[in-house]
Amino acid sequence: MTEFGATPSQTVGPFLSIGLVWADGAQVAAADTMGGIEIAGQVFDGAGEVVPDALIEIWQADPDGRFPHPDDPRGAVTYPGFRSFGRCATDATGHFSFHTLKPGRVDDEQAPHVDVTVLARGLLKHLVTRLYFPDETAANVADPVLATLAEDERARLVAVDIDGTLHFDIHLQGERETPFFTV
Amino acid sequence: MPTYRPDRPGTHPDYDSPAYRSTALRHPTKPLHLLPQRLTEVTGPLFGADRVQPGDDDLTHWAGGEAVGQRIIVHGRVMDSGGRPVPDTLLEVWQANAGGRYRHPVDQWAAPLDPHFAGHGRTAADSDGHYRFTTIKPGAYPWKNHANAWRPAHIHFSLFGQAFTQRLVTQMYFPDDPLFFQDPIFNSVPDERGRARMVSAYDHDVTTDHWALGFRFDIVLRGREQTPFESEPDDD
Repeated sequence: MTEFGATPSQTVGPFLSIGLVWADGAQVAAADTMGGIEIAGQVFDGAGEVVPDALIEIWQADPDGRFPHPDDPRGAVTYPGFRSFGRCATDATGHFSFHTLKPGRVDDEQAPHVDVTVLARGLLKHLVTRLYFPDETAANVADPVLATLAEDERARLVAVDIDGTLHFDIHLQGERETPFFTV
Repeated sequence: MPTYRPDRPGTHPDYDSPAYRSTALRHPTKPLHLLPQRLTEVTGPLFGADRVQPGDDDLTHWAGGEAVGQRIIVHGRVMDSGGRPVPDTLLEVWQANAGGRYRHPVDQWAAPLDPHFAGHGRTAADSDGHYRFTTIKPGAYPWKNHANAWRPAHIHFSLFGQAFTQRLVTQMYFPDDPLFFQDPIFNSVPDERGRARMVSAYDHDVTTDHWALGFRFDIVLRGREQTPFESEPDDD
């Protein structure tokens, strides 16, 4: 079979907001959907400075652990008021936030999780990480992806509940560097 | 469940690319962990024509008038590395105007803004992966990365494909640009053939008489691993 070489990745550059900001991007779930949660965080570089020109995207299952996609072997489903995907550019202080629903378990092994994509000026290829939930201690201990990480790294992938908002800061580099993945 | 094969080594830039100075404090320093492809990774958002409004595929008109510059038609095919078309997928593009200026508060380059050029567009591939939009050829512009640094003319592209693993943001360049040699973003791609795949081709078949020049830019996303069944010769 002929194999075609893939088109290389390039940075989104400093002007990504021209093309990639959606007015409804951060609304993974419609505002009036029951049981909505807030995920919020800040992006930092290796000097501890905030990153004001990043774009965070999230992809996650619905509360039943299913995806609106034909490759979900259980069949594509649409959860009312929910689209599994969110996109939010960081503001001048590096902050991003999403309104979503907590995902259910996708399978019997993995804890509930959100796949996170980070794009920014200075990133020639997007980065991938995962967010886990602080109220899923037992499931997190058994999660096969978290199990491949050292204990301090595992802790960095679990969001922190502060007054009902799930905080998930992203450190591109440095002592508190977020564990990133190749998929 | 499908799995997506890795791209060949050298296809994508290293995160740590010192010639592009902005990578210095933004590249991870620890090795990446392997995320096995499970359901979350082999599914992904299926955006297409639902995110496109009439006129989104024509960047040459904005705010009641026509943009200045060389009108061009950019078209091509979105496929995966197995040669299969990637149908119905959303393409988002953004770019500088003919003078190399972005409509963005951070861009202070002393070229004028064009009151009739916003610099962003969207289109969706058809069922066979073909896409097309009309725009203005962007200008080159200076930046502060190194002495007398100029970005070659380029259009930013963002695609989702059909799976989380296929996400791609890239830049389309123009043939024979004399600025390639000094551009650390273009040259961050290790493989020369990879760099060549980011350069569009002039396409006289799409060039339209007394209207616009045509450029072809095919986009290749990660392909699926073949199942044994698929790799058997087709006897039909």
